[in-house]
Amino acid sequence: MDILFILEKSVIILVVFAITMLIALYSTFGERVFAAYFQDRLGPNRAGPLGLLQPLADGVKMFTKEDFIPDTPNKFLFIFGPFMFMTTALISSSVIPWGDKLVIMGRTIQLQAADINVAILFVFGVVSIGVYGIMIGGWASNNKFSLLGAVRASSQMISYEVAMGLSIIAVLMVSETLSLRGIVEKQHGFIDWTAIKIGNTYLPWFSWYVFKQPLAFLIFLICAFAETNRTPFDLPECESELVGGYHTEYSSMKLGFYLFAEYINMFISSALIALLFFGGFNYPGMDWVSNNIGVNAATLLGVGAMFAKTLFGIFFYMWVRWTVARFRYDQLMNLGWKILIPLAIVNIVVTGAVVLFTTN
Amino acid sequence: MTDYKSISLSGRKKDVSERDMTFMEKLYLPAIMKGMGITLRHFFRPKATIQYPEQKREFSPVFRGRHILMRDENGAERCTACGLCALSCPAEAITMTSAEREKGEENLYREEKYASTYEINMLRCIFCGLCEEACPKEAIFLTQDMAPADYRREGFIYGKEKLVMKIEDPKK
Repeated sequence: MDILFILEKSVIILVVFAITMLIALYSTFGERVFAAYFQDRLGPNRAGPLGLLQPLADGVKMFTKEDFIPDTPNKFLFIFGPFMFMTTALISSSVIPWGDKLVIMGRTIQLQAADINVAILFVFGVVSIGVYGIMIGGWASNNKFSLLGAVRASSQMISYEVAMGLSIIAVLMVSETLSLRGIVEKQHGFIDWTAIKIGNTYLPWFSWYVFKQPLAFLIFLICAFAETNRTPFDLPECESELVGGYHTEYSSMKLGFYLFAEYINMFISSALIALLFFGGFNYPGMDWVSNNIGVNAATLLGVGAMFAKTLFGIFFYMWVRWTVARFRYDQLMNLGWKILIPLAIVNIVVTGAVVLFTTN
Repeated sequence: MTDYKSISLSGRKKDVSERDMTFMEKLYLPAIMKGMGITLRHFFRPKATIQYPEQKREFSPVFRGRHILMRDENGAERCTACGLCALSCPAEAITMTSAEREKGEENLYREEKYASTYEINMLRCIFCGLCEEACPKEAIFLTQDMAPADYRREGFIYGKEKLVMKIEDPKK
């Protein structure tokens, strides 16, 4: 391993960390502004031009609040909970490919912190550990509402992880790789000219997996909402029943960590949806740009495309939040276990049959 | 036998159907799409917000706000402390004491009798405007302004220094 490689990866990790933080910071602002717009209001627009300094004001508020620790038997776990939730939320961004490769002075740089061949499994593993952050925090609060919220959160996340994993299997059967970069490269461009093979003739079809695996996309999308505890599945923190859910007892920056980590989770899951189903850094006409203008230009446009898709995903989360009412808990469990999981299994079987018949 | 289900005294009764949902309705997704269309339409709508300190909502011309004790065209107070406003006040918010005009005060008070103190308790006042109607001298009026907030109850008892029209004020 040469020194340039370490330098290059360090820069990428730093930039990814900074961008993740920035986007999560402005998601909190975006949430408030979009919420207002969906309700025919204007939202915060006083702090700085267009209210753009509002997140800083919120941050200052969070830091200067009293850091209250309730009378709990285990202070260490109470502090450890938000720390763990935040850490796991940040770790999963390490395997996400933000762009193709840049060529600078004869050196090829992949815009990704780590291209591991089991990236999807890694993400799923890290996300499952995230449940511990909620569970530990809720349990250590020594408060029945927090505990109820934490139990709800963990059972919800565990049940929806099953359907999410099953829906991904159908995608993996088509992509034949677990590496996120590999999956994105399989969705090259926008139209796959050899997508469907009938006899000796090929028919074109869109190369993005949302067109090849629409059902898997739908299941994954619904599960992603449940995994990030967003409306309509925001039962862990529903104010009307549980005061504040698992973070009822938290204040100051510990609460800030929980809320912030949720926005990071939202960003990462939007990025995952973009990677798995919307072709990540692929965009129509990327080959033309690459051949006529240059590889670096094509890559930078691809990074733009990736972020555009991700940001639209975040907007979509907020859009759904102000449209759909919260599910009841039994409805949530019914949807997860009785509808999404069977659907995902059917999808696997159908995909398997299609793959088998088209490859022979 | 009367069909009780069809009775509607208001004539606006709607029959609620208890049929099972169709397959499309059970899918739930078309309804969500429709709802998202509605929220998106609201997203691009003109906003109802009035940006308060810069923009102010127009009051109705008959809006009844803070009181004012008028002066006549020479700048003399019109009020003669007759007490009709206090009498008519349903909230008993107005108190006053009267005094006789001294020599040389003709430019200050219009008639021989005037109100030496005049107090309205803004916490009692219901802004009904009956004082305005009762006044025979056209001395008290309700303006378009609001009574501002205060930290203490005493601050809401408005004396003459707050009620009497300022001399440089344009004629209302």
